Amino acid sequence: MRLVGSADPRREHLGAGSAADHADRTAIARRRRIRNGIETGLFVSPALALYLLFVVGPLIYAAYFSLYHWSGLGAAIDFVGLHNYVLAFQDDLFRASILHNFTIAALSIVFQLPLGLGAALLLNRRFPGRAALRLVFFAPYVLSEAIVAIIWLLMLQPDGLVDHFFRAVGLGGLIHLWLADLHIVLYTMFVVITWKYIGFGIILFLAGLQGIPGEVLEAASIDGANELQAIRHVTIPLLGPTIRIWGFLSIIGSFQLFDLIWLTTLGGPSGASSTMATYLIDHGFRRYQFGYGSAASVILFMISLVIAVLYQGILLRRDTEGAVTRMVA
Amino acid sequence: MTRFRRTSGVLVGVLALLTAASACGGGSNQSSNNGSTSGPVTLTWWHNANTDPGLSFWQTVATNFHKSHPNITIDVVPMQNEQFNTKIPVALQSSNPPDVYQQWGGGQLATQVAAGKVLDITSDVKPWIGDLGSAVGNWQVNGKQYGIPYNLGVVGFWYNKDLFTKAGITSPPATWDDLLADVAKLKAAGIVPISIGGQDRWPDAFYWDYLAVRMCSKSVMTQAAKTYNLSDQCWVQAGQKVQQLLDAKPFQPGFLATPAQQGAGSSAGLIGNGRAAMELQGQWDVGVMNGLTADQKGIGASLGWFPFPSVDGGKGVQTAALGGGDGYSCSWKAPRQACAEFLQYLVSADVQKQWTALNVGLPTNSSATSSVSDPNLKSLIGVRNKVPYVQLYLDIAFSTSVGQALDDATANQFAGTANPQQVVKAITDAAANQ
Repeated sequence: MRLVGSADPRREHLGAGSAADHADRTAIARRRRIRNGIETGLFVSPALALYLLFVVGPLIYAAYFSLYHWSGLGAAIDFVGLHNYVLAFQDDLFRASILHNFTIAALSIVFQLPLGLGAALLLNRRFPGRAALRLVFFAPYVLSEAIVAIIWLLMLQPDGLVDHFFRAVGLGGLIHLWLADLHIVLYTMFVVITWKYIGFGIILFLAGLQGIPGEVLEAASIDGANELQAIRHVTIPLLGPTIRIWGFLSIIGSFQLFDLIWLTTLGGPSGASSTMATYLIDHGFRRYQFGYGSAASVILFMISLVIAVLYQGILLRRDTEGAVTRMVA
Repeated sequence: MTRFRRTSGVLVGVLALLTAASACGGGSNQSSNNGSTSGPVTLTWWHNANTDPGLSFWQTVATNFHKSHPNITIDVVPMQNEQFNTKIPVALQSSNPPDVYQQWGGGQLATQVAAGKVLDITSDVKPWIGDLGSAVGNWQVNGKQYGIPYNLGVVGFWYNKDLFTKAGITSPPATWDDLLADVAKLKAAGIVPISIGGQDRWPDAFYWDYLAVRMCSKSVMTQAAKTYNLSDQCWVQAGQKVQQLLDAKPFQPGFLATPAQQGAGSSAGLIGNGRAAMELQGQWDVGVMNGLTADQKGIGASLGWFPFPSVDGGKGVQTAALGGGDGYSCSWKAPRQACAEFLQYLVSADVQKQWTALNVGLPTNSSATSSVSDPNLKSLIGVRNKVPYVQLYLDIAFSTSVGQALDDATANQFAGTANPQQVVKAITDAAANQ
């Protein structure tokens, strides 16, 4: 775009002159604008078409179907207004599912942030075997959700690898029915989620750490700051944008949590680990209540949207103002 | 073959939408209406035997059919069983559904019929449907035939004879009280009495269904599948009997999270590896449990089968069975005559005999029943042909939304979060909202 904008340098040499020249220039400016618009449109259109087709389209469809009582077969003709939404909010399981999503989101921030940040700070130092250790942390993230779910499903079976491990280190008394206990299964799943996604946070933080200039830390140490002080007062503030972006992705990820839960517990037992996404798939595709499932999906979308907008507006404002807005102008 | 294998319906659910959407583009179904087979037609056939021996068997069947009917080509599309629940509604809704597809009958079929997505083949099958016996009733809606069953079995207890002997049990339990007594004996001997795939929910429902068959009269059962009227006390009593069993704690530790059919730690795997004494399952369970053992043989000759025990004081038919089967339907887009000819071939005596020899199920064609060779399946077919009536699994007999609510509600009772009254209420509520 920039190149197009600064095109035609010959004109610059002519300088301000006659009225004819001025008219000529406005005509050129107009043509330039039109051409600019066409080119922008051309470049954007493939992405826009895909976005409309696979994001906006289904969204509108879901909103439309959510107003109908519809089994997924035949035409949606049984208009019920907002009844599906009322039903959803009346359903204990759906409310519990929302709560589970918020729980996972909160736990992610509270536990994964210090964990990921600490690991990133360690892995940012120079020591033998650093590359290998980074790989170890990142490997789970590369594995597909399906594989992770199966691995953990096997390990978490009663008398499985996890139980053996606990017994081997003398903590046999802590053994629970990790997936079958209604009060524990959600936290078990949180551990699995952490194991799976912590690598992504670490990589983000590592990238952020690379961007912190060495001079700043050097200056801090010359001023007499010890290592902890340098981390607390220099590294972490400078890592702020990265942490905030990670938090954003983490929260949105928590709200859309589906595959790991579905493959490991199917949202059970008795809905103890269900999330909004497993709930809506369960009701849509298992119960053939596509209208109702759509309503649940719209609610999930609205919650995610509100949180995303609030987060952007409050926490990411400084970061985005510096970056995105300036570039467009 | 296995009716249920739906656990990892996961991504499948989401993918199904995309696949079905893209499937609309690449069409294979040129023939559009239901007239006679004057020109060459191609039938797309979705079946669920995506592993051998079924996989190659159905392919051979399709090839042979084309040889004898050169005008009809069969495009075979084997599919994983779990995918059907998600793919079928989307495919039937599209402009390009499969011509012939897996059909379990009951309420799900009724839903599809109500939407006008299934061909009425009553007149086409009239000459030969008598060969299949009374089983065909589950594939009817309002007296019209919308599908044909090729595999029909009953649910019962698979048990390990050696473990029973070890616990001092001489003969399998005949009554509910016997069963509870045997559970106590097995526990005393340090053996897991019963394995169950609680994660999948439908195995829980088998107990509730069966106890309803025992507690409720046949007429109550029959009208329930039509009206969802569960006001009779027998439905709550069924749940109370379930509670009796739950209170005896007969299941393996952590059974709420145990899958039914995946891995050696699944409920079928526990039986196959001799780690539990019995499991209430369908006719497909032998194949599943054997497949989950190292030598593919399971517990071999130690495996036995006994019918669901009778319940004292129950108003139901004490020898009736819970069961169901696999069948095929023709979709609204299929060329009717060609499709009916193909269905006729699928359940013909020859094809059914060959299929029976695979020992993966129980044939519906009466002339093929003698071809069953596996001793357990043999005893099963004896039971199936003798019972006064076979009640279709309630989650299939009911419409899909009510049936799945039933599975969820019974699973909640198993997890201790619902009592017998709440189970009945959950089902009735789902019926009111369906």
